[in-house]
Amino acid sequence: MQVPAPFEYARATSVDHAIALLERLGDEARVVAGGHSLLPMMKLRLANPEYLVDINDLHDELGYVAVEEREVRIGAMTRHRELLENDELNAVFPIFRDAERVIADVPVRNRGTLGGALCQADPSEDLSSVCTTLDARCVIRGSAGERVVSMDDFHRGPYQTAVGQAEVLTEVRIPVREPGSSAYTKVDRRAGDWAVVAVGAAVWLDGEVIADARVGLAAVGPNTTGIPEISEALRGRRPDEEAWRVAGEIAARSCTPVTDGRGTEDYKRHLADELTRRTLRTAARRVAEQVGR
Amino acid sequence: MRVSITVNGELATREVEARLLLVHFLREELGLTGTHWGCDTSNCGACVVLYDGEPVKSCTVLAAMADGHEVRTVEDLEREGVLDPVQQGFMECHGLQCGFCTPGMLMSARALLDRDPRPSDHAVREAISGQICRCTGYASIVRSVQWAAEHGQHQQQELA
Repeated sequence: MQVPAPFEYARATSVDHAIALLERLGDEARVVAGGHSLLPMMKLRLANPEYLVDINDLHDELGYVAVEEREVRIGAMTRHRELLENDELNAVFPIFRDAERVIADVPVRNRGTLGGALCQADPSEDLSSVCTTLDARCVIRGSAGERVVSMDDFHRGPYQTAVGQAEVLTEVRIPVREPGSSAYTKVDRRAGDWAVVAVGAAVWLDGEVIADARVGLAAVGPNTTGIPEISEALRGRRPDEEAWRVAGEIAARSCTPVTDGRGTEDYKRHLADELTRRTLRTAARRVAEQVGR
Repeated sequence: MRVSITVNGELATREVEARLLLVHFLREELGLTGTHWGCDTSNCGACVVLYDGEPVKSCTVLAAMADGHEVRTVEDLEREGVLDPVQQGFMECHGLQCGFCTPGMLMSARALLDRDPRPSDHAVREAISGQICRCTGYASIVRSVQWAAEHGQHQQQELA
């Protein structure tokens, strides 16, 4: 029977209350949102917080998707299911539905949150890759106020983020650039599993050429891997098979997968190449469909 | 700590440890052993219950987190001696053999049909994709849920 070690439980009624609790309780306090990463780690005694600060009551305050002209803002307590089902969000960023369809399963998606996924910072986690692909910024709040960091700065390493002990991730902000679109492709061993390799891609067009493109890989390195070299190689090119071939090649040699139960290093590099091509192709096709309309 | 959870329409208040998981609250504190406790790692889905109307894995929710919320378990499906259509469907279409996964399957099926009364086979498969059955190969479970979709309306009208 897997049971967490004893801890004390407190419920936050607002973000400021959560921050005050974290400040008062100190280093041994952890925030719990959906709980689908932290509770399993606590059962395995990989995490042993003395205090849990439950922020599920903040869903009213932090569970939202605001699609604006130049930016999409998503509250950190927005659950996977809400991201999956939000048509307005997926019209702008179809990458969310692509990814959410293959994140765990219905009951897990009913609990897990965007903020929890990002703060867990698992190198195989899908939404970190999505947010890296979309050049998202993370809003972190503490008693001293708010700061906004890029995904590169947010991710400090496996299971490590820029969120301080007495801080809370409150919002993710994603810039909207038109015409552009996005996609996500994941290879997993069975339904709902972690990725063997997953790739997010976003493409923005300027007439006949690529204005900008971004690729974010999951499960092929210690961090979610954004690859700036791909963006540099694709800017100004035509969105054709040659462009995707070049991008796939860069992805395969830029990532750092390891051989494990999910596959060999070679196989994962092959997947990084192939999935990068496919996902960029899908994203570009979606932009073309958008412009065609 | 004291928690009060509305389980199957009745408020249950108990003094529990903060680390008590919802599945154990249901089984040990309330004696509702219909909810099965399986893998303990949110993989198998035997422990699925409805939490504010939606399926969750009760091995990965603290009883403390459920304080003030509504939980529905498999014990609540039968009403006045009449089985829920999903239960009837599992009988009609051999949706179970050993029965271990069945409570979770039934609750996910109920939640699916509450949202989508005539789901596609794909929607049924997606709804139960987080639950493991080692007996049926799933095909008969999909048929069972579809039986409930076809006959449910009729049966509920008869009951009313």
